Amino acid sequence: MKDVKVYGPGCKRCQATETMVREVAAELGVDVRVEKVTDIVAIAKAGVMSTPGVSVDGRLVHSGGLPDRSRVAGWLAA
Amino acid sequence: MSVTTQDLPSARRSALVWTSGIAVAAVLWWVVYHRLSAAADWIVAQLPVDPASHTGAALAFFFYDVPKVMMLLALIVFAMGVVRSYFSPEKTRALLSGRREGVANTMAAGLGVLTPFCSCSAVSLFIGFVSAGIPLGVTFSFLIAAPMVNEVALILLVGLVGWPIALIYLGFGLAIAIGAGWVIGRMHLEGWLQDWVREIHSGGNASGADDSTSLTLPERYRKGLDSLREIFGKVWLWIVLGIAMGAAIHGYVPQSLMERIMGADAWWSVPAAVVLGVPMYTNAAGVIPIVEALLGKGAALGTVLAFMMSVIALSLPEMIILRQVLTLRLIVVFIGVVASGILAVGFLFNALF
Repeated sequence: MKDVKVYGPGCKRCQATETMVREVAAELGVDVRVEKVTDIVAIAKAGVMSTPGVSVDGRLVHSGGLPDRSRVAGWLAA
Repeated sequence: MSVTTQDLPSARRSALVWTSGIAVAAVLWWVVYHRLSAAADWIVAQLPVDPASHTGAALAFFFYDVPKVMMLLALIVFAMGVVRSYFSPEKTRALLSGRREGVANTMAAGLGVLTPFCSCSAVSLFIGFVSAGIPLGVTFSFLIAAPMVNEVALILLVGLVGWPIALIYLGFGLAIAIGAGWVIGRMHLEGWLQDWVREIHSGGNASGADDSTSLTLPERYRKGLDSLREIFGKVWLWIVLGIAMGAAIHGYVPQSLMERIMGADAWWSVPAAVVLGVPMYTNAAGVIPIVEALLGKGAALGTVLAFMMSVIALSLPEMIILRQVLTLRLIVVFIGVVASGILAVGFLFNALF
C-alpha cells in the first residue's frame, strides 16, 4: 500500500493532479491511499514551495505544476 | 553500421520530432502574422460600415489588434514556459540564500520574472523563502516583481503601445520591486510575521522534488504548451474585452475630457490612479488595451503607468491571501512602500514627458 499525499490549497491543477494519481494507480493496479493536504500551514511544513506537490510514502517527489503522467507511473511503480 | 532514425534512442528521436514540429509552427506563425493587417482591412471592407467613420476605425482597430496581440502572446508565453522549466522556486531559494541584501534584492526581482510562479502558491513560496533564512525584504522583492513584470504585460505593451514604453515599464517595475524590498528589509519587520510562520524551519527536503534540471527537452516543450493553454484560457476573454473597450475609447471618447482628467497638469491624477487601481483586480491582459487607448487620447504617461502598476502589483485578493502569513500592519507597510514607489514613477514621468 502506497501512501500518497497531494499538497495544494485547492487550485484546479491540484485537483487534476489528485485525479491523475488515482487514475494511474488504477491502471497499474497499485494499491494506494491518496490524501489531499489543503491546509496552508501543513503544506509549508512539508517543504512544498509551489503547488501542487506530491509525496509518496513520506518522500516529496514533485512540486510545482501538473506532473507528467509517465512520472506519476514511475513514482507509483518504484 | 548505417545510422537510421530507428537506431537513434527514442528520447533523441522524440526531441527531434518536437523541435522540427516547433520550427514548422514558427514559420507558419511568421507567415500568418505578416498578413494580419491585410486581413483586418478585408474584414472591415466586407462589413456594411464606412471605413472612414468612427465605427469603421474602431472595428479596424479591433480586428487587427485582437489577432496581433493573441499571436504575440502565444509566441512569448510558449517560449517563457520553456525557459521557466529551467528555473524553480527551490533553485531560486538556493541562489538567494546567504547573499548580501541589495545584491539579493536585485537578484530576487530578476528571478521573480523567470521563476514559475502562481499566485495560488504565493503563501507556501513566501514561507519557503522566509523559513530558509532569506530576509523579508528580499522575499518581497521577489513577490512584487513576479506578478508585476511578466511576459503578458510586456507583450501587450510592445504590441499595443510600442517597445519604448514596454522597456520603461520593465525597468521601473524591477526598480520598484528592488527598492520596495530594500526599504522593507531596512525596517527589520521580521517580528511582524504571523507567529506560526516564525516557528517553521523548513529543511531542504524539497530538493528531491525539483525536476528543473532533469527534464528532457520534449518535457520542457510540453511545459511550454501547458502554460500556453493555461494562460490563454485565462486571458483571452480579457484581451478581447480590453481591446473592444480600447476600440470604443479610440472611436468615441473626446480627447479634451481625457486630457482634463488624466493629463499631466492634473497632479492629483497620479494618486487617484493608484487608489483606483487597488480594488481593481484584473491581470495585465485586461488593463493594457485600456492603457493604450488612454495614452492615445492624451492621458499622461506617468498617470497611466501608475494606474497600470497599481492594478497589477497591488491587488486586494492577493493581500487577503498574504494575510495568512503577514500581520495587518506588515501588509499596510507593504502597500505603503509599494504605492510610494508607484507614485514616484508616476510623478517622475509626468514631469519628464
